[in-house]
Amino acid sequence: MIQKELCQIISQTEIADDIFEITVKASMVSQIKAPGQFVHIRVADALDPLLRRPISISSFNSVKGQMTMIYRRDGKGTTKLSEMKPGMELDILGPLGNGFPVEEMEIGETALLVGGGIGVPPLYELSTQLIARGIKVIHVLGFQTESAVFYEQEFLKNGETYVATVDGTYGTKGFVTDVIENLGFDAIYACGPTPMLKALERLYSDKKMFLSLEERMGCGIGACFACVCHKADDPTGFSYKKVCSDGPVFRAGEVVI
Amino acid sequence: MNRLNVELPGLNLKNPIMPASGCFGFGREYSQFYDLNELGAIMIKATTVEPRFGNPTPRVAETDAGMLNAIGLQNPGLEKVLSEELPWLSQFDVPIIANVAGSLEEDYVSVASEISKAANVHALELNISCPNVKTGGIAFGTIPEVAKRLTRKVKEVSKVPVYVKLSPNVTNIVEMARAVEEGGADGLTMINTLVGMRLDLKTGRPILANNTGGLSGPAIKPVAIRMIYEVSQAVSLPIIGMGGVQSAEDVIEYFYAGASAVAVGTANFVDPFVCPTIIEELPVLLEKLGFEHISECKGRSWKKHGELTYHRA
Repeated sequence: MIQKELCQIISQTEIADDIFEITVKASMVSQIKAPGQFVHIRVADALDPLLRRPISISSFNSVKGQMTMIYRRDGKGTTKLSEMKPGMELDILGPLGNGFPVEEMEIGETALLVGGGIGVPPLYELSTQLIARGIKVIHVLGFQTESAVFYEQEFLKNGETYVATVDGTYGTKGFVTDVIENLGFDAIYACGPTPMLKALERLYSDKKMFLSLEERMGCGIGACFACVCHKADDPTGFSYKKVCSDGPVFRAGEVVI
Repeated sequence: MNRLNVELPGLNLKNPIMPASGCFGFGREYSQFYDLNELGAIMIKATTVEPRFGNPTPRVAETDAGMLNAIGLQNPGLEKVLSEELPWLSQFDVPIIANVAGSLEEDYVSVASEISKAANVHALELNISCPNVKTGGIAFGTIPEVAKRLTRKVKEVSKVPVYVKLSPNVTNIVEMARAVEEGGADGLTMINTLVGMRLDLKTGRPILANNTGGLSGPAIKPVAIRMIYEVSQAVSLPIIGMGGVQSAEDVIEYFYAGASAVAVGTANFVDPFVCPTIIEELPVLLEKLGFEHISECKGRSWKKHGELTYHRA
């Protein structure tokens, strides 16, 4: 069930340039069904900024009733959010959307987790849950530059981790796809910029693959029709999927990205 | 004592608060948050003869104290609305106001004729003011003679009262209101969104794929108040007011301007509970202001002293 809750901030840290990790106490944690779900955050009880910000859940702890989100400070809303301190309360709507299916893999299989930039965070909870199920994970994380890299150590604890930077200042120079061609795996789970998702879909159409999409949202619950996309089997027709409530995770080939 | 019940053509409302068309889908999503029976009415998403996918994304962009949208009247089409959405809504004891849209006069007439037969549709809202479709819509909403003609045609076929949704994107809103009154409208809903635009700082290009979109939210409330103030003095039709309503205070301001009921749009996206919250807060605010009933607030901005109900505050 989706809840609207005032959640107390436990901690907030800048973990890379303009990348913030915020942890809150929230009873809605008990409602989280899968890694890759997101929350809709109202950053101020004010008219401006008016709308909520959709941010994915990067990890959660059911025992403590806490969840962590990682976001990039990129505009008016996220700047306000980054200024909030532990102890303050945050108006959160969630958990929203459908996450990554972890049950699609068998014990002993290998999952390739591919993240680009601010698409990396939801893969962390996914990685943790896959390992717990006896699935091997390989992480390929792409960033613009060295100062934007985050969570490499955390992912390393779970399994093999490769980092690529566009400018070559850290790890492999280039894109995530440059790293993947040398790896063996059974399925792909990915979240990141649309060009990255498109490239993965094109290059690995023979693999089982789940992609988390990003789109500008209004309500976040499926009522406003801001974030719709065409279905792949009806690319110019009237049928559609809503990224917020049918996604944000879709099986590759399900929708037009 | 019910301080909030309102009677309008076709609509016997337990309270004057309803979600605005396009901001509430067909109610399903919000029914997971609260009992829709609490609402005065529901204005459902615009319905066209055929299904529509709408515009490419991005379809929304935030603005200062508001938002732009260019959804493009996405809807499943008349047949599905009649066979799936309205029957689902019939589980609630809430009058439905069906928003009717189209590109041609005959489209409006077809939808109005069929949808007004549904048992839970108590009124139509004629959408002659959508700024986000290339043909029709807005043209009907900006030329008085065209609006009047369309209103008359729809009135001829509708089984329920017809409210016409006015566009603020006109020079003279009173002229439009008078035209649809002459066309036989039973009421007005106002205002639809204001045409606006936002540009991306990095690319310099419009953020919306449609380039322009309709501005809604608190930013447009003063425009709506002014227009309702003018129109309510010029015509004798009841007005359902809308534009940036977020609180019980906003609702009272709309009544002061001349509205008889109020719709809540964009605020549903910010707080899914906004409608029931306003309904709960209204009686308290009326008491504080010294009104026995919300109808006493109506037109207070322009009524002469002799016409006003005694104010004990």
